[in-house]
Order: sequence, then structure tokens, then C-alpha cells
Amino acid sequence: MTPSLKSRLDVWAPYAVLPVLAIIALPTMAFSSWLTLTIAGLAMGMLLFLMASGLTLIFGLMDVLNFAHGAFITLGAYVAVSVLGGLTGWMGADSLALNLIALFIAILVAAVAGGAAGIVFERVIVRRVYGTHLRQILITVGGLIVAEQLFVVFWGPDTLPLPKPLTLRGAVSLGAASIEKYRILCLVLGLAVAAAMQWVLTRTRIGLLIRAGVENREMVEALGYRIRRLFVAIFAAGTALAALGGVMWAQYQEAVTSRIGSDLTILVFIVLIIGGLGSVGGCFVGAILVGLVANYTAFLVPKLALGSNILVMVLILLWRPRGLFPVAKW
Amino acid sequence: MVSAERSRSGKTLDWLLSGDRPRHPALTIILLVILIALAFAPFLFPGTRSLAVASRICVFIVLAASYDILLGYTGIVSFAHTMFFGIGAYGVAAVLAKAWVGWDAIVLGTLAGVAVAMVVATIVGLLSLRVRAIFFSMITLAVASFTQILATEWRDLTGGEDGLTFSVPDALKPSFHLVEGTVLGAKLDGRVVTYYLIFALALVLFLFMLRIVNSPFGRVLQAIRENEFRIEALGLKPVVYRTVASVLSAGIAALAGAMMALLLRYNGPDATLSFSLMVDILLMVVIGGMGTLYGSVIGAVVIVMAQYYLQGALGGVEDMVAGVPVLAALFHPDRWLLWLGVLFIVIVYFFPTGIVGRLRKVAGGH
Repeated sequence: MTPSLKSRLDVWAPYAVLPVLAIIALPTMAFSSWLTLTIAGLAMGMLLFLMASGLTLIFGLMDVLNFAHGAFITLGAYVAVSVLGGLTGWMGADSLALNLIALFIAILVAAVAGGAAGIVFERVIVRRVYGTHLRQILITVGGLIVAEQLFVVFWGPDTLPLPKPLTLRGAVSLGAASIEKYRILCLVLGLAVAAAMQWVLTRTRIGLLIRAGVENREMVEALGYRIRRLFVAIFAAGTALAALGGVMWAQYQEAVTSRIGSDLTILVFIVLIIGGLGSVGGCFVGAILVGLVANYTAFLVPKLALGSNILVMVLILLWRPRGLFPVAKW
Repeated sequence: MVSAERSRSGKTLDWLLSGDRPRHPALTIILLVILIALAFAPFLFPGTRSLAVASRICVFIVLAASYDILLGYTGIVSFAHTMFFGIGAYGVAAVLAKAWVGWDAIVLGTLAGVAVAMVVATIVGLLSLRVRAIFFSMITLAVASFTQILATEWRDLTGGEDGLTFSVPDALKPSFHLVEGTVLGAKLDGRVVTYYLIFALALVLFLFMLRIVNSPFGRVLQAIRENEFRIEALGLKPVVYRTVASVLSAGIAALAGAMMALLLRYNGPDATLSFSLMVDILLMVVIGGMGTLYGSVIGAVVIVMAQYYLQGALGGVEDMVAGVPVLAALFHPDRWLLWLGVLFIVIVYFFPTGIVGRLRKVAGGH
């Protein structure tokens, strides 16, 4: 029996959300501004995906929702301040290669710091509270409170500047549209990480185990795999990605405060809710959706910009209460 | 005769406390001390600062206890409790600042705030409690941040970032004097009248909440917390009970907000909507003891006192370790939240039922 039109639409509709949104936005503005905003939105979406993907994997695999995820974003941002503070010569040099090397070093150090902090956090904070959501939420919120205070202890209470590297300031013109150089870097980096993640998840043995674990954890354990160890690795990878995203975000904002991560947590949660908790593909679509909506509304109705993402979330939930790509077991 | 007298007064007490006594001698004494200290605060601790501390404690007892109905009794974590608190405060503030000043305006503003809070809670509950309790936590966080944005952007109604300063009926103004001179060493001015208004409301609301949690409805909430599937198997709908609990809790939080607005004669985003306030409420309920309303009383007292007086204590420690680079920063007076956060984590790990739960366990849990 061929599936009815409606059920086929149900399967395909979530994929259509992004193109439909972009097409609806097109007639409301000039093509050049549409191009600028779409690329800006995609870049923002990529950064959000970096920060959110680890969280959704952790949730999918171990049913743990880490409310302190934002602390790792902040950690990445502060590490970038410290590392790049020592590399001002390379950052200020009029050479794209030197600039990128400096930024790359900062990203590497931040990712290692984020991953290491993630392992510690998993051991000290999360390990004892598997299985009970209430205590998980409370304990990770407690972790967030302490982490935010520790940032102030080590980096001080003031907003720290983090200027962009010299050759990545300003914009390039593409016809009538002008596109910020830094956003192109975000887009490229985000796509590269997303592609690498996709490759690991679908083409490697570890990815196979992760996907199997998300579907049915007990079965994977029964087959003799130590899913705990796998989980610690995922947790560290997720927090490392959050720190990486933190570097890129802080560099874009050119300023770092101890609240930068927890402010982003709300956006990251919205991405997760829109995409469907535990779904990596949903996280990707959700992140781009949030990025696009934020940029379009900031241009069309500036007053609505800050709240637009929550309105989108409510609309999506009214349409699909479990998000765009619900994972079957939740 | 004496024992009959005693049992009659015992019955009255049981009626007042809905049969939910503190059940531990030390706890009884602590609660009695708090009650007496609050009841006679203007005479025992004269001065504007201590009266402000006492009023804040009263407001936060109501706020924390209403949060405990959700967190401790129903087992769901909301991050939007300050949103309802703020809605109540904005109700009173908007009517008094924009319309007219009078007792009827206060009542109208309070009722409007409570109504809006309950409607919003219904919508949020129906939108998110259907799926999973964890969804509720994430969505409340998002909705609360949306409300913060709305409060700063909708300047005509909320006064934006600056908030609303308003006038109150004469009897509540600091310049008002109930009697000339002093009574028992305290001046009975409008501040004292405001305090007793807040104290009386807090007491009534607290006893009302004891009623709720010890009613059959409250028992169902606790049963859902312990085992959702069993309740479903009994033919009750957990979604409905959770939503009703969240609506009730929101309404009471809005009342607490109205009390806060009257106390401050001002309301703004930072006064009643900030996320740090949400953290304070979490600390109060968890440190005092989840699932016991008495825990909220102790938690509110501990946290409000800590906010006012822990900074001074930390300053003392800082002087001792001055010169040691990291240690000095750790004990900076502004780092009091760091230490409360550590305490919070320790309590969630080792004493999930908080101070009150611990004491009751020692008493033998009967």
C-alpha cells in the first residue's frame, strides 16, 4: 500500500522548513540584503550547532541534560582571551596565515581545556546522579553557579576585550551584498566540524556504537561494549565542542564576560527543543533555523529580534510537540 | 481537665497546620524562634535595615514555599518561578503607577497579576508537561528569558529597564504615623504597617499551602513524583495534576510578587525577574529541604541572612588570607554565591532532603 500524501508530507515537512523560511524572507527585502542576512544566519547557525551538538548527543546517549553546558562555552571564551593575549603579534599581523595559526592555537587549547574540564565535571558532578532527572538538573545548575563564580575568581569581574584578527575584520562585497569575513570563517569551520561529525557517526565503528547506544543502550551493553567509557568520551567531546564554539562566538562578539555561556544556553536549549532532544540531524536544522530567524527578524522587525527564537520554538512545538525530528524512544 | 484543654489546643494547632507538625524538637524550636522573631521584628530589631531583612524573609518564605510545591512535592523543575513573581509585582506596580493610588488599585493590580500568571502557567504546562518533565524545565527557561526581554522592551507598561516607581496609600508611606511617639521603643510608621501587612499575608498563605500539600490533591502530587506510571494505572492523569500544581504555584508566586512591589514601592526587571533571583529560590528550597514546606522557611531565612550578612563574614576571612593570590579572590566578599553554590551541590549529593528532611530522619520519621 502506498503511504498517503499526508504521512509522506509528515516525513518530509521538517526538511522543508529551512528552504521555505528562506524563500518566504526573499520577497520582503532586497536580494543583496537577503544574501547578506542568509549567510550571516547560516554562520550563526553553524556556531550554535557546534555548541549544541555535544549536548544533544549526551542527552541521546545517557539521558543526561547538562544545564552547565554554557560554562564550557564561557571557559572556551576565557581561554581564548588568555591564549590570544599572548599572541597579539600574530593576531595583529597583516597576514591571513599568521592570523589563522593564532586562532587555531587558541581553538586547540580551548578544546583541550574544555574536554579536560568536561571529564572532571563528569566525574565530580554528573556521575552520581544518572537516572534521576530532578537531581541532575539541580546538580548541574549548582555546577553552573560555582563555575561562573570561579571564572570571576580567575579572570576578574570585568568584561574582557577580544579583538578579531586583523585580516578577518571588515567585509567583502559580493555584488551588492557585503559579507563579513569572519562569518565566512565561521561557516567554513562549522561545516567542516559538522561533516567530520557526520563522518564519525556514520562511517566509523565508534559512530556505529554511539548510534546504537542512542537507540538501545542496554542492547549495546549486553553485546559486551563498555558504554560508560564511550559516554565519558562523548561528554568530553561535547564539552570540547562547546569550548570551541565559545572561542568563535567570543571572537565574533569581541568581548567576554562570565555570563556569555549561560546567556547562550537558552539559545542552545531552543535549538535542542526545535530539533528534537537527542537528534543530531535535528540539532543541525534547528541551529540553522534559529540563526536565520534571528538575522531576518533583526533586519525586518528589530524590536522582535530578541524574542523571535522563542516564538519560533512555540510555533514548532504547537506543530510537533516533540520537535522537528523526534528520537523514537523519548 | 488540663489534658482535655491540651488536646483541644492540640486540635486547633493540628487544624492550623493541617496535621503536618514539624515532628522534631529542634525543628519546632527553630520554627518557633523564626515565627516569634518575625512577629515582633519591628520591636526586637528596630532600624530600617533589619525591617527590610525581615520583610524580605516573609516574601521569600511564600515564594520558596510555592516553588517547593513544584520542586519538592511534584518533582518538576521550573525556571520560570521568578517570571510569575515578576508578573504579580508588575500587576501592582503598573496599576499604581499608571492608573490611580488606593487600596482598590492594589487589589485590582494583584488580581490582574495573579490571573495573568495563572493563564501563562496553564499555557506553558499544557505545551510542555505532556511530553516529559525535562521538557518543562527547558521551556520554562526559554519562556522566562522571553518575559525578561518583554519587560525591558514594553516600556509603556513596564517602564523598561528603569522599572516603575509608584506611590502607595497613605497608611503604607514611611511618613505616616499610626500613633505619636514610640511604642516599646519602636516608631509605628508606615513601614511597620507595611511590614505587618506582608507578615500577615505570608502567614495566611503559608498555612494555606500546608493545606494544599496535605490534602488528597497534595498526596496525588507526591505519588506522581514517586511513581508516575502507578498513578496513571489508577486512572488519574499526571499531566492534569502537574499542570494544576504549576498553576497554583504560579498564582501564589504572583501574590508574593505583589507583596514585594508594595514593600519596595518600585518594580523593575532586576528587582523581580532576574535569573539570579531564580538561583536564590533554588538555593532556599534545596538547602532548607525539598518536599517540606518548613524547609522553605528555614531556607528563606538562611539565604536572605546570608545575602545581607555573609558578605561581611567573607570580608573577615579575606583580611586573614590577604596577599595569597587565589585564596584572597576566593574569599572576596562578592564571592558569597560561590560558597552557597558549593553548599548546594553538597546538599543535593548527601542530604537530598535538606536541613528539615535530615532533622526529621533523626527524629525517627513517624
